[in-house]
Amino acid sequence: MKLIILDNYSQASEWAAKYIRNRIIQFNPGPDKYFTLGLPTGSTPLGCYKKLIEYYKNGDLSFKYVKTFNMDEYVGLPRDHPESYHSFMWNNFFKHIDIHPENTHILDGNAADLQAECDAFEEKIKAAGGIELFVGGIGPDGHIAFNEPGSSLVSRTRVKTLAMDTILANARFFDGDLAKVPTMALTVGVGTVMDAREVMILITGAHKAFALYKAIEEGVNHMWTVSAFQQHPRTVFVCDEDATLELKVKTVKYFKGLMLVHNKLVDPLYSIKEKEIEKSQSSKKPYSD
Amino acid sequence: MRGGQVAARAPVIQFTNCRILRGGALLREDLWVRGGRILDPEKLFFEERRVADEQRDCGGCILAPGFIDVQINGGFGVDFSQASEDVGSGVALVARRILSHGVTSFCPTLVTSPLEVYHKVLPQIPVKSGGPHGAGVLGVHLEGPFISREKRGAHPEAHLRSFEADAFQDVLATYGGLDNVRIVTLAPELGHSHEVIRELTALGICVSLGHSVADLGTAEEAVQSGATFITHLFNAMLPFHHRDPGIVGLLTSDRLPAGRRIFYGMIADGIHTNPAALRIAHRAHPKGLVLVTDAVPALGLGNGRHTLGQQEVEVEGLTAYVAGCSVESALEAASLHPAQLLGLEKCKGTLDFGADADFVVLDDSLHVRATYISGELVWQAEEARP
Repeated sequence: MKLIILDNYSQASEWAAKYIRNRIIQFNPGPDKYFTLGLPTGSTPLGCYKKLIEYYKNGDLSFKYVKTFNMDEYVGLPRDHPESYHSFMWNNFFKHIDIHPENTHILDGNAADLQAECDAFEEKIKAAGGIELFVGGIGPDGHIAFNEPGSSLVSRTRVKTLAMDTILANARFFDGDLAKVPTMALTVGVGTVMDAREVMILITGAHKAFALYKAIEEGVNHMWTVSAFQQHPRTVFVCDEDATLELKVKTVKYFKGLMLVHNKLVDPLYSIKEKEIEKSQSSKKPYSD
Repeated sequence: MRGGQVAARAPVIQFTNCRILRGGALLREDLWVRGGRILDPEKLFFEERRVADEQRDCGGCILAPGFIDVQINGGFGVDFSQASEDVGSGVALVARRILSHGVTSFCPTLVTSPLEVYHKVLPQIPVKSGGPHGAGVLGVHLEGPFISREKRGAHPEAHLRSFEADAFQDVLATYGGLDNVRIVTLAPELGHSHEVIRELTALGICVSLGHSVADLGTAEEAVQSGATFITHLFNAMLPFHHRDPGIVGLLTSDRLPAGRRIFYGMIADGIHTNPAALRIAHRAHPKGLVLVTDAVPALGLGNGRHTLGQQEVEVEGLTAYVAGCSVESALEAASLHPAQLLGLEKCKGTLDFGADADFVVLDDSLHVRATYISGELVWQAEEARP
């Protein structure tokens, strides 16, 4: 893995956004070649989404040939409920950029047959050619998407009942009323995300520090499902100082030392404005594990 | 439903780079319009999977619901209380000219007049939707003749009336019918007024108290019978007195029916009411303030900005004079509150999804740059034209 450590939340958000921007532009998407992007929700990626919107508004990035697949959605919450993940994606990302609605995919938590909806989602990913880059977050209990502790590490998109930890963590979005928080969700499986060609996990804040420690310094364990990505050939963890508080000093020093090299992934920062110039230069394959 | 299908095929227009008045605040949001109505873009995105057909950059301007003027006696040489053969043309002229002031709907107002005038004029002012031809007519406001002699103001004394024994029939006979009537201003201290107020309210007509020497108790009883508006607060009524606030006391009365809100018209030109008095009223009851012009036929005919910009002076006036009153409050007083007064807030006076797309584009000084009715551009400032 690459562990990218930035000083604070906004720097981490910006690094992640730059990385996504460079990946999309270097991929050179077009009408026959869409860039497939997996996307998360929650408070962690908000800063990253804001930066991506900024890049679009400045004319440096376009989502015209990007297809998105969200990780999850609550079951039984009306689509236009302010806390649904559809609302989240619309308000925090889609309405500000030039993505076509038909290129966005979010699981429908009100489908008549939930498992069929999940199976269809897997088919859509397959039809789109698989996910090029899956961006995700980590729960305080080490989960990826809604793959709660105990989820199979080879699981696929399915219905999950949420763990108490998750319900508590989400209560703040429902006026602090536990009774209002949905108890079930549709989620991509650990296996689904593992199938992506690259995975980027955003982890910020001290409350995620223990989960990060469990995910990367301990073994692969279905109680901390993000640990599965130790077995993925191309994973990037982007975090701030606070998220590293439970890691060994040795680990942090090693990866901080590597920032010189890792920063080459976001510098030079590409823009579609200079696409023509960039195409003519040979693009070296970025450093990888 | 056929209507819905036709609307669904209509082009979607997205107004960008603007601040819209929604929920009492100015939000940095785009305004989406389709088929003459405000559209929910999230629904369009996820259900219909469509994008806008056209984007219009608003240059950072404010988009507010179109203004609604519930008291305007005429303008540009037209006097609504004149019994001419072609009242319709006069109304149409005013309707067209007020578009430049951001007014998208209005109630042509008739002052105290002889029976013949009512009988001749009223049938010629039908309710009419707005459009490129002019602002929409919501119905007529009849200010008088059932008002107080003492507080008649500029109304002709000879044509004042009080209610006869069979009061409501008297009203019908006076006006010649109540089709096209939206608001009636009367003085509640007149005998038999309560049955009239009740009958008018039952017909869906808004009853307003004005040109009256009523005390607070009488005014409260009138509200209990159905009155919901006060015509030009402070003017043509007893002044506020601490032992009997009169009609003005309705703003803070605790004897109004539960859930009922009293609205009050204000001519906020700084002349009809001292700005300090305007502020007292606004602070006492901000949600009831309704801005009106009470414009006269001379509107638009004087030299310079004063009369021409009567509506502008009002809105500017409100924000200039009422320190502590926000832009949002002022805009709501000119749009949302009159719509609520007339029970039209589902489709007028707001930029909520599903409402009629009647709105104005304003710069930061609240000058009207453009006016839209049902999503169509019906007026544009000279500089803005290409």
